[in-house]
Amino acid sequence: MAAHEVSEGFDVIIAGGGLAGLSAAYTLASGGLEVLLLERGDYCGAKNVTGGRIYVSPVRELFPELWKQAPLERFIAHEEVSLMAQERSITIRYDGSELNEQPYQSYSVLRSKLDRWLARQAERKGAMLVTRSRVDDVILENGRVRGVRAGGEELRASVVLACDGVLSFVAQKAGLRKAYEAGNYALGIKEVIELDRQVIEDRFNLEGDEGAARLFMGDVTAGKFGGGFLYTNKDSLSLGIVVGIDALGNEEPDVAAPDLLDRFKQRPEIARLIRGGETVEYSAHVIPEGGLKAMGALYGDGILVAGDAAGLAMNIGVTVRGMEYAMASGYYAAQAVMNAYQKGDFSSTTLSEYRRLLEGSFVLSDFQNFRESLSVLENPRFFQYYPELVGNILKDLYHVPAGPKEKLYPTIRKHLGIKELGALFKDYRRLKKI
Amino acid sequence: MSQVMGLKAKLGLNVFKEGGEFHIKIREGKAKDQRLKKAILVCPAGLYSENPDGEVTISVDGCLECGTCLIACGPEVLEWRYPDGGTGVQFRFG
Ligand SMILES: Cc1cc2nc3c(=O)[nH]c(=O)nc-3n(C[C@H](O)[C@H](O)[C@H](O)COP(=O)(O)OP(=O)(O)OC[C@H]3O[C@@H](n4cnc5c(N)ncnc54)[C@H](O)[C@@H]3O)c2cc1C
Ligand code: SF4
Repeated sequence: MAAHEVSEGFDVIIAGGGLAGLSAAYTLASGGLEVLLLERGDYCGAKNVTGGRIYVSPVRELFPELWKQAPLERFIAHEEVSLMAQERSITIRYDGSELNEQPYQSYSVLRSKLDRWLARQAERKGAMLVTRSRVDDVILENGRVRGVRAGGEELRASVVLACDGVLSFVAQKAGLRKAYEAGNYALGIKEVIELDRQVIEDRFNLEGDEGAARLFMGDVTAGKFGGGFLYTNKDSLSLGIVVGIDALGNEEPDVAAPDLLDRFKQRPEIARLIRGGETVEYSAHVIPEGGLKAMGALYGDGILVAGDAAGLAMNIGVTVRGMEYAMASGYYAAQAVMNAYQKGDFSSTTLSEYRRLLEGSFVLSDFQNFRESLSVLENPRFFQYYPELVGNILKDLYHVPAGPKEKLYPTIRKHLGIKELGALFKDYRRLKKI
Repeated sequence: MSQVMGLKAKLGLNVFKEGGEFHIKIREGKAKDQRLKKAILVCPAGLYSENPDGEVTISVDGCLECGTCLIACGPEVLEWRYPDGGTGVQFRFG
């Protein structure tokens, strides 16, 4: 076969300039391929929302030149997780010298800054980026993808990368997606709240570029599957909630999505942290959280799917991870494309190397290891029952009444009858799966 | 206590660029479909409402393009696509 099946057109067309698409464009252009990336936003990042924390450790080696200059906000040096009952909350805080050692493992980020910067790096390597351009369809010939249609034009390429995010109409048009099921997706809603840098550092006990990550579960989501988050940026806070769409639409109590966020903001624990801040943006985005079972095909003839488009994000209770999976899958998709380019063969058989690369990396290993997490964690007891239970136990343990204080053991046992202990044990056994 | 900012005011903080036709439409004859009712709860921009006849309507201005309504209600009741390139919400922070 000729080295280049398609003589007109590009080597690669990438639909979507988020972290997956830009990582792929950067890698492919570095390898000398002719890349066209189409992004529907005014600029890369204009349509993208994240909570706020990227784990750099798993992807540091894949982009050795990038991290020194990347516009990251603060390295996360302080972790807190809170269990919220209706009237009280319990918080665990973790600080450790390991969180303060270079290279730092995770950072808070704002996508519009990060994506725009990464877009410039990809352009510098020679990728061609066209913004304000929506991909409308794929060109399919005998089941093989030959390019895309955008703005009434036919653009041809040897291979197309669908990096168009969670809804991925591009993968859908190529017949690679499973039908949407509400149980496999969450809604994330977020406010960016501007606050003076000094106030942030004083309020969160931060030195210099240190940052704090705070996660909340329980009453935050009215007991529905999900949680709340707060990340400190340089001079703003990212505050939001993530909640399962199925739970939101179908489970009691009926709470409208915007009200959940408002209720969260009004909790005294949160109101105190954001006091004096000014909301400057309100955003929302769907998150894939169905794991392996919800994933469609990762490749077909002439096409690869990466990032959220492939369902590569994970919701492990309070924390969502997707950015590093997006970057790594973009990178491995680029590797598979470069090997296919060498062979001059972009059939699904050759492109299947992509899946093997992901399996050999942290990406699909993580999805394999955490494959039970959604079904285990989707247990309403974790979001309603336990926060209230632990809250009540602590309330009684800490309470000093006017009269004599009850002994500690009976205080705890009062809340934990045989039935509760049995259920606790069962939940504990299920938790061991993750 | 922090004062609650209304949803309209919050949406007003975002940068929107006017575009061509509406990118989300309720499919013909589906305005009373039970599945559509969920959109009223799940839409983070509060763009869906029910009129006295029991029909659900959408006012697409302020749409965050999150996709939640599509996933909650399904493509059988909603015709959903992204707005034209370079239009719609443009996040400055994300
Ligand atoms: C509230 C929230 C909190 C989160 N928290 C975290 C977190 O703390 N840590 C973490 O790692 N992950 C988090 N995630 C997940 C993470 O943000 C995503 O997994 C990640 O953004 C996926 O990147 P992507 O490049 O695959 O997709 P996206 O960032 O969605 O990029 C897709 C791109 O494609 C473009 N596009 C779409 N369709 C077309 C088209 N037809 N034509 C042209 N362009 C198109 C879009 O405009 C966009 O730029 C969170 C997500 C949300 C919503
Ligand atoms: S896409 Fe999101 S913001 Fe827009 S109408 Fe649907 S749910 Fe509401």
